Amino acid sequence: MQHRRTTRNLAVAAALGLALTGIANADPAEDTLEVTTDDATITLTTTAPAPAAVADVFDTVYSGWHFRDPDTRDMQRDDFDNPGMVFVDLGQEKWDEAIGTNGESCAGCHEGPESMAGLRAVMPQVDEATGKLMIMEDYINTCVTERMGLEKWGTTSGDMKNMLALISMQSRGMPQNVAIDGPAAPFWEQGKEIYYNRYGQLEMSCATCHEDNYGNYIRADHLSQGQLSGFPVYRLKDAGLVSAQQRFVGCVRDTRAETFKAGSDEFKALELYVASRGNGLSVEGVGVRH
Amino acid sequence: MKSQLWLASLVALSAALPAAADTAPGDVAYTDGAVAVSLTGVAGDAAAGAKVMTTRSEGNCVACHQIAAMPDVPFQGDIAPALDGVADRYDEAQLRGIVSNAKMSFEGTFMPAFYKTTGFIRPGDAYSGKAAPENLPPILTGQQIEDVVAYLLTLKE
Ligand code: HEC
Ligand code: HEC
Repeated sequence: MQHRRTTRNLAVAAALGLALTGIANADPAEDTLEVTTDDATITLTTTAPAPAAVADVFDTVYSGWHFRDPDTRDMQRDDFDNPGMVFVDLGQEKWDEAIGTNGESCAGCHEGPESMAGLRAVMPQVDEATGKLMIMEDYINTCVTERMGLEKWGTTSGDMKNMLALISMQSRGMPQNVAIDGPAAPFWEQGKEIYYNRYGQLEMSCATCHEDNYGNYIRADHLSQGQLSGFPVYRLKDAGLVSAQQRFVGCVRDTRAETFKAGSDEFKALELYVASRGNGLSVEGVGVRH
Repeated sequence: MKSQLWLASLVALSAALPAAADTAPGDVAYTDGAVAVSLTGVAGDAAAGAKVMTTRSEGNCVACHQIAAMPDVPFQGDIAPALDGVADRYDEAQLRGIVSNAKMSFEGTFMPAFYKTTGFIRPGDAYSGKAAPENLPPILTGQQIEDVVAYLLTLKE
């Protein structure tokens, strides 16, 4: 019940007669994300009515795109200006390459990457056959090891993130629609608990920054709702792709905590939960952030 | 040149190691959130406190709080109340309590406790993401807290 904290703080603050400046006042930029692609112009859904998972705390969910400055927002309006697209191309090269021990390629089994359309929108998901919670990285590594006979790719390696970008692009414009019931329910509960846990020497939770304070500034950073719709994102600060798993490591580290590892069971459950908080937002393919 | 280097490393040392006379974080006596007795017995230095408050790896208070008296500090955050006139609202003991462990004054607040070493979930070794060392130091030393309090006491309207 830690998300009740805002209300309690409000009561305490009111009792002390304080100025209520610490309360979230959302000011995401009013803007529309229309993207010029190679052959069309598409409009992405970057605000949506809050899905069931967060209806008790939000009216509306916003892509992190709304919290970035105008220049950064512009870079995502045209694939030609989006620095993430270079990595999509690298992913495509790897997709076509005969890298397997017996000359297998992704394309050999799956034909074009379009065959992956829709997958990114429902990830993470519980694998029907094994009952395991899968993030995209797990599916990719299953092919890399079992079907191509290779060493598995590092969770945050370049090859892995390029492939995430390529596969994510195939679902661009589709609404995120992650299942949270049935076999996903226990993982969702685990992720939710992690989300509200106050980690580290700073004792801050995801909710402290992204639920109670989105729209506010923490030093120079304009806090968003911490949505995953843009992932993997191209991050200007890092001059490279950042996956959701990597972002979690960074955010938990910033609470002066011992982080969980990228690809750990904890962060996989967290990815399911956080993704569900953005159900209804369009998959952006590769977002641009700073 | 040499002696200056010496001095610099001495200063670095004394910043990292709490003086033996400091009240240990676990021994600080809170009364209704306030701490009456100086943590070090050495008067705070307001100028040093201002530096602690604006240094990212130290207090970084401006990450969350705005302070109009520091117009030169860019990008002050706004997720917490502005500290202008805070010395009119609280006395020295209350401010020492708030900076040492704000949770004693404001139940459940997300303001970090700067002079506390236990009771954390997965504490880390500063911002490395690695596990905390066995003897996790508080975020600020007792003297840094005293310096910050001395600065806060100048914030009158
Ligand atoms: C100390 C504050 C803080 C905490 C605690 C925190 N974050 Fe963040 N997070 C940030 C900042 C700052 C950014 C970059 C600006 C933004 O998008 O909010 C960010 C960005 C993100 C993003 C990227 C959003 C986008 O569109 O690019 C995600 C996802 C995210 N955080 C998830 C989390 C999760 C999950 C947790 C808890 C495990 C968490 N954060 C905890 C400060 C925090
Ligand atoms: C991560 C955010 C954060 C940081 C960092 C932070 N504070 Fe705070 N602080 C708060 C919040 C939130 C409150 C309001 C108390 C509450 O939760 O009701 C507060 C309250 C205060 C108050 C009482 C203000 C009033 O008018 O009632 C003082 C004084 C204060 N902080 C000083 C500091 C100092 C000094 C530092 C750094 C050494 C600091 N804070 C760092 C979040 C923070």
